[in-house]
Amino acid sequence: MSTHLDGRRDAAATTEAPASAPPGGRGPTDRAQYGLAAALGVVGVVTLVDARGLNVGFADPVGPRAFPYVIGAVLVVLGVVLALATRRGDRPQAEEGEDVDLSSPADWRTVGMLVGVLVLTIATIDWLGWAISGAVLFAGSAYALGSRTVVRDVLVGIVLAVGSWYAFHVGLDIPLTPGILDGIL
Amino acid sequence: MESLGLLAEGLAAAATPENLLYAAIGVFLGTFVGVLPGIGPAMAVALLLPVTFGLEPTQALIMFAGIYYGGMYGGSTTSILLNTPGESSSVMTAIEGNKMAKKGRAAQALATSAIGSFIAGTIGTLLVVFFAPTLAGVAVRMGAPSYFAIMVLAVVLVSAVLGASRMRGFIALFLGLAIGLVGMDLNTAQPRLSFGLPQLADRLDIVVVAVGIFALGEALWVAAHLRRRPLEVIPVGRPWMGRDDWRRSWGPWARGTALGFPFGAVPAGGAETPTFLSYVLERRLATGPAAEEFGQGAIEGVAGPEAANNASAAGTFVPLLALGLPVTATASIMLAALQSYGIQPGPQLMGEHGDLVWTLLASLLIGNALLLLLNLPLAPVWAQLLRVPRPQLYAGILFFAALGAYTVNQDPFDLGLLLAFGLLGFAMRRFGLPVLPLVLGVILGPLMETKFREALQISDGSLWGLVDEPVAVVVYVVIGLALLAPTLLRRIGRGTPAAEVVEHEQVGR
Repeated sequence: MSTHLDGRRDAAATTEAPASAPPGGRGPTDRAQYGLAAALGVVGVVTLVDARGLNVGFADPVGPRAFPYVIGAVLVVLGVVLALATRRGDRPQAEEGEDVDLSSPADWRTVGMLVGVLVLTIATIDWLGWAISGAVLFAGSAYALGSRTVVRDVLVGIVLAVGSWYAFHVGLDIPLTPGILDGIL
Repeated sequence: MESLGLLAEGLAAAATPENLLYAAIGVFLGTFVGVLPGIGPAMAVALLLPVTFGLEPTQALIMFAGIYYGGMYGGSTTSILLNTPGESSSVMTAIEGNKMAKKGRAAQALATSAIGSFIAGTIGTLLVVFFAPTLAGVAVRMGAPSYFAIMVLAVVLVSAVLGASRMRGFIALFLGLAIGLVGMDLNTAQPRLSFGLPQLADRLDIVVVAVGIFALGEALWVAAHLRRRPLEVIPVGRPWMGRDDWRRSWGPWARGTALGFPFGAVPAGGAETPTFLSYVLERRLATGPAAEEFGQGAIEGVAGPEAANNASAAGTFVPLLALGLPVTATASIMLAALQSYGIQPGPQLMGEHGDLVWTLLASLLIGNALLLLLNLPLAPVWAQLLRVPRPQLYAGILFFAALGAYTVNQDPFDLGLLLAFGLLGFAMRRFGLPVLPLVLGVILGPLMETKFREALQISDGSLWGLVDEPVAVVVYVVIGLALLAPTLLRRIGRGTPAAEVVEHEQVGR
């Protein structure tokens, strides 16, 4: 049955993909896929090298090495297979979704800003605490995604962050980091 | 019939006013999150899992059952009202459901989907009550070789047979297996792939992995391709069905349930196949005006697949509880949830924590009933949620993903891991890699390794130890057939009626 369902997905992709990149095996090669193939090779090699450093006990006929050896080797093989398939013109079917519009090029600026907001959260959460970092995370993400109602977003962020801090603290007895608001919350 | 008595005890334990409140909160939160566009059931369950952490196991299970059914129902609401299925299992519901909604019959589509889900979920859960203990009884006598073979079967089916591309399925699976290696080796306590980091040597928390791949990955992917013009939401009143709708729905409900449960119960994973079969079957069986309505919004085309979807979801509890084997993304998160409550699913579970299993099954029945009671009146409210502005919606998903990952250990390192897995999830969507094989690889990898080593320990290192039991041999034969079957079917099956139906649908849209 899976083949039939796939046929449906193929058809859907055909109608929505940009005209310059028809899916289904032909068209310009997807160069980024070589990057994925290389990444698979690297993960495979790292897994193999890491496994070499493990000790096998006396009474253990298999030991902790066998599984990583198999996984690492298969990953390397899959990397090669993917590289060959890419050269033959194999193209991925990017995932569709409710709010996904594949006909326009990827918006790297938004993705970069979101990653930046998350990195900021990671860097500041121990210092500022969840209530502040969480609010910044919400308002910053909304801004990155194109919202320009900054005051409202900040207010919503504060309500969400402070609310979840109290919900976890009082309701579930899980104390989230208070940060510089220690004693105030 | 001993099972029924135990189930009654479970119901008695679950049905205290306080627990019913937790169930209601669970259903409410689950539907709330599940209705939000871009969030499927698996993501809803993963995001809401931390909410249950502070509770007693019984209450956590009850709330969790509510979240589970609520998340599933929320997904079908979205696909009917927006025509954009969040998960592959709702694809079939969206075809006729959205056509019905466009013709002004959204209320009937939502009603047949809610009532059908309730009936299929209830019958399915009762079937689990009978099958899970039986299977567990057989599985207790199964040795490591058979166990390993069945897990190989599950991951091979999910990676190679169900997905669009075998190569991509296996890439996702082996990436997942590699992620599953990270941390202490369970036998010798040596850290693997940990790069000297104690947080990695401690083994990864599955909540962080799942929320990263499902929620953050999806949010980043959507951010890169955000649809600039919003989708049209069809307004809906309170769901109801006329006499004629009832007459046309009960058959598809029953047939959908019968199709869905077995597909969920065998480790073949996913509701795609039974929902698809149910749709084709109902289309075939339709006579008179119903046959003409197919393609323009036939209620049978919503009732059947929705019942099949829920029956199959209930069916996945059989391998999950009896073997500890999850076969869908949602079931994988469920396994992680049960483990976090201190319950290790598997053949011994029925004996050791029998009371909790019966409480869980009773909770599923309660959650299912509450779902019907809450969601029929609340449907117009849920429809409003589809209008949430997208920047705030996805900012909210990011916020709750970070909250979920952070509550596990309160360590910023976990947020870093979340970001790493979010980027991995993004890359997987970009390269068309299926998510399910990866998640199964992460969860089943360590278990597979344990059984693999047990089997070879007995045979003193000889690989023949893997085929030491008849069950294992049979399962490997099945795996071989499953790998060959699609090739053979493709050769024979070109231009079958089923394929035409689907192609026709595509043109119709």
